[in-house]
Amino acid sequence: MSEKSEIIPVWFFVGVLFLVYGILIFASGLAEWPHPPDTVLANLHAPVWWGGLLIVLGGVYCLTFRPGRKKA
Amino acid sequence: MSNPSGKATMTAILGMLVTERLVRLAPVDLAIVVFYFVLVLGIGFYLKRFAKTGEDFFMAGREMTAWVAGLAFVSANLGSLELLGWAGSAYQYGILAAHWYWVGAIPAMLFLGLVMMPFYYISKTHSVPGYLQLRYGTAASGLSAVTFAIMTILMSGVNMYAMAVVMKVVLVWDLNFSIFVSSITVAIYVAAGGLFSAIFNEVLQFFLIWFGALLIPILGLIETGGWKGMVARIQHNFPGQDFTHMWSNLGHFKDNPMGMHWTGIVFGLGMVQAMGYWTTDFLVVQRVLSAKDIRSAKLAPVIGSFFKMAVPLIVILPGLLGLALLPMHLYPASNLQAGQFSYNEVLPLMLARYCGPGLLGLGITALVAGFMAGMAGNVSAFATVWTYDLYRPFIRKNAPDQHYVSMGRWCTLIGVFISIGTAYLAMGFASIMDYVQALFGFFIAPLFGTVLLGMMWKRVTKAAGFWGLLAGTLTSIGIFSAMKFDPRWIAVFALSPDAKGLAQDMYQSLWSCVTCVVVTLLVTLVTKPRPDAELKGLVYSLTEVAHEDRVGLLHRPIFWGGVAMALLVVLQIIFW
Repeated sequence: MSEKSEIIPVWFFVGVLFLVYGILIFASGLAEWPHPPDTVLANLHAPVWWGGLLIVLGGVYCLTFRPGRKKA
Repeated sequence: MSNPSGKATMTAILGMLVTERLVRLAPVDLAIVVFYFVLVLGIGFYLKRFAKTGEDFFMAGREMTAWVAGLAFVSANLGSLELLGWAGSAYQYGILAAHWYWVGAIPAMLFLGLVMMPFYYISKTHSVPGYLQLRYGTAASGLSAVTFAIMTILMSGVNMYAMAVVMKVVLVWDLNFSIFVSSITVAIYVAAGGLFSAIFNEVLQFFLIWFGALLIPILGLIETGGWKGMVARIQHNFPGQDFTHMWSNLGHFKDNPMGMHWTGIVFGLGMVQAMGYWTTDFLVVQRVLSAKDIRSAKLAPVIGSFFKMAVPLIVILPGLLGLALLPMHLYPASNLQAGQFSYNEVLPLMLARYCGPGLLGLGITALVAGFMAGMAGNVSAFATVWTYDLYRPFIRKNAPDQHYVSMGRWCTLIGVFISIGTAYLAMGFASIMDYVQALFGFFIAPLFGTVLLGMMWKRVTKAAGFWGLLAGTLTSIGIFSAMKFDPRWIAVFALSPDAKGLAQDMYQSLWSCVTCVVVTLLVTLVTKPRPDAELKGLVYSLTEVAHEDRVGLLHRPIFWGGVAMALLVVLQIIFW
């Protein structure tokens, strides 16, 4: 049972997911910037700021809950 | 019952088959979907090393924090079928649908955390039938375990088929492809990591669903110019209909589109159906039982209640925005013409309205994750109940722990296999899905009566527990059958001939629970009670529940429970 204290927290995996998705969505938003898709409110460039938000959140989660980090 | 919405939802989901593809995925969207599958499989293999004992595999080692257990608890109920169904219900009935998230959930979740969880936790039971075994003995436990195991695995198959249908409609993916890829993935990661895997993926799914769907209400409210602008557009599109009040139109069945009366919401939904689902459906209770200590176990449902209260933002609001913004009207799935869309397609339609490449992949992945987490939840709960509540007491007692872990792993694979069979059965006989979901509801309401009486009154006897549960279940089946085959009974059981499907469900639950309680009381009076010594840790008056006097106010579950209730009242007043 003591082995489980070494389990990587689920929050780290959430961070990885957000970081990867954030990068993909942000890059996709930048790529389509000159020619936004045929969606409503495309002029707001939601993929750019939503992707950016995911990158920030994912980065914070990855850093805070990275494997091997010692608890305060 | 995966959710009270299920029965109404399923037929509508099927109706989606007649429509055309809603969205087309770009390479970046496919990359997002594929990465999700890779990550969950990777997590499953990683967690396998930690799921060695029965306690690990079936209860996630009872090491989860209140936050993880709380998110998994609420996430186990936040499946895609619920998302699509309730967004569709919001389009059909307006904000009345939010009752299922507020009055129909919050008091019950708090009751589980603050009142019932200490008994589940102190008794160290591994399941709800396990508690019945300790309190009432083998007969009541066996009845509950058999019905739960069968219905859970059928529900898993029904969910699997519903997912395949949605993927076919939204993306034109082949039904067989969706069923096999998703089920094999679920089988691998649950068989590897047990409840650890299921809970980890539920937490991932929770975040995915929020961040995949939250853009819809944000962009929708920008487009309408805020809440007032949305209400004005709805009134313009649907003159004379009230879609934005929760209580003021519940005075009579005829005054609202749901055909509902406030007594059905308060007593049928809030006090029976929700209590039954949130406190005795093992699928959700299992998540809380994985908590690391009793304070975490009490706090987990309280934490979950705050998130549950917020879910209408990503489910009900998109439905209302659909009423305000969609250029076409949506229709019941049972009566669709070519080129029309059903209520249940409101969420994919809103997704397609705002989300281009990348964001679309995120939304679709959230739906896929919701379906797969639902399957994983059903299968992991099935494996636990089969192994601990049926196999161990009735087939092989006193085997080594490793034997039961192996049984759990095999059970997971077999459970998925049976689910695939159910999915194909549902494909051939569509109406079976409505019946499966209805049947699942039959066992929840009386079970709540049996568990609650057992916890609160030490006099209740073994025989009373069994006969009360059986009588309540049979009553529920009887009322359902009577109303189904002769609509004249609707006026009798649901109090009005105007009562529609959801209202009928509420009263069916109410009467079955009342029958269970009455029969339990009567049988108790004529049978011999168990000695007090046998009931320690199982009944309120004989259990020492740890006090929390030394814990600061902000760390006490009761404090946050009070905050949640206050917030609930404020929401009711705002949307009265």
